[in-house]
Amino acid sequence: MEHYVNLAIKAIFIENLALSFFLGMCTFLAISRKVETAIGLGVAVVVVQAVTVPLNAVIYHGLLKPGALAWAGLSAIDLGFLGLITYIGVIAAVVQVLEMFLDRYAPALYHALGIFLPLITVNCAILAGSLFMVERDYSVSESIVYGVASGLGWALAIVVLAAVRERLKYSDVPAGLQGLGITFVTAGLIAMAFLAFSGIQL
Amino acid sequence: MKPEARKALIEPIIENNPVILQVLGICSALAVTSRLLPSLIMSLALTAVTAFSCLFISMVRKAVPANVRIIVQMTIIASLVIVVDQLLRAYLPEVSRQLSVFVGLIITNCIVLGRAEAFAMKNGPWLSFLDGIGHGLGYSAILILVAVVRELFGTGALLGYPLLPLRSAGGWYEPNGLLVLAPSAFFLIAAIIWAVRSWKPAQQEKDEFRIHIVHRTGAS
Repeated sequence: MEHYVNLAIKAIFIENLALSFFLGMCTFLAISRKVETAIGLGVAVVVVQAVTVPLNAVIYHGLLKPGALAWAGLSAIDLGFLGLITYIGVIAAVVQVLEMFLDRYAPALYHALGIFLPLITVNCAILAGSLFMVERDYSVSESIVYGVASGLGWALAIVVLAAVRERLKYSDVPAGLQGLGITFVTAGLIAMAFLAFSGIQL
Repeated sequence: MKPEARKALIEPIIENNPVILQVLGICSALAVTSRLLPSLIMSLALTAVTAFSCLFISMVRKAVPANVRIIVQMTIIASLVIVVDQLLRAYLPEVSRQLSVFVGLIITNCIVLGRAEAFAMKNGPWLSFLDGIGHGLGYSAILILVAVVRELFGTGALLGYPLLPLRSAGGWYEPNGLLVLAPSAFFLIAAIIWAVRSWKPAQQEKDEFRIHIVHRTGAS
């Protein structure tokens, strides 16, 4: 149990996807003008991450890993090179299915998250979640924890940035830094604050 | 070279830079730039993938129905990235390990899909190919600039060759530790944005609110 808690804390704070690996930056900078929309996008990322990482973990351990096809008598085959295309396919399919499912059974949630779901297919934080899972060789149960926690970390980061930006629009920024420039500086300062977590030994 | 071809190739480098103006492909621009060598390899990989995906997507653009075009584009891009990834693993295993997941993340790099969708679906193969190379170069320019500053002033070396003699080795230069850490990339890109937008004021964004003094109290 302790192992899983450590994994979660590591994924949320120490190895935050947005602030220490710079993943999902495009949407991170573009959709962080308002706290409300940032929360919507954050929740969507958590949900998609929590579904796709374990799903890709199952596929990786059952089909793609070197020697994973031993159950079919094909232990010499390594399908690792198909990884990238499989993971992105799974992510695109999950997002599509999730969108249809929400539309049918949870219309209120669909209207809240609807516009963000297509954006998530091309959010690199989602693909990176699956790639880190492969690189660090997480088991299926570890990947569930990692998926949820890394999504939460990303959501936390975007909500914090949006909250700062809401205040920032009333401040007098030099013309050349207006908009994108000052957002970069803000994100850099938040990333520096998150560096404080890197001293934690787990 | 025809004027429109030259425009497709040159314009993205400064006038319409993908990273600092169009806000595309920032993730890898920030993450791989702590050393120059991985940045160079990453620039090369992204330029190749963008150029060839634009070329192939433009070649099949008339045969693809509009509602499945994203899937077709993704498949072409993912296949090209797999080729690049396998080549790197085979010939440059050291760099491939440093770049870790970021080669795979070229698939979701918005520059590639953005150019496929915005340019290659509407223009011929040759022009799309040049546009892809142009955007790749625009991305590379930022990446290399940031990487040179970070490696040179963060470690005193460039591509591993020591240029500024470090104080710990008897020289005069005290390395700036912040530049090795992740957040410095944000500040450097902000500085580049500031510099470019001061040079070309047309790129500046308008204020959302005008700040002006409403009234002054007698104290001043």
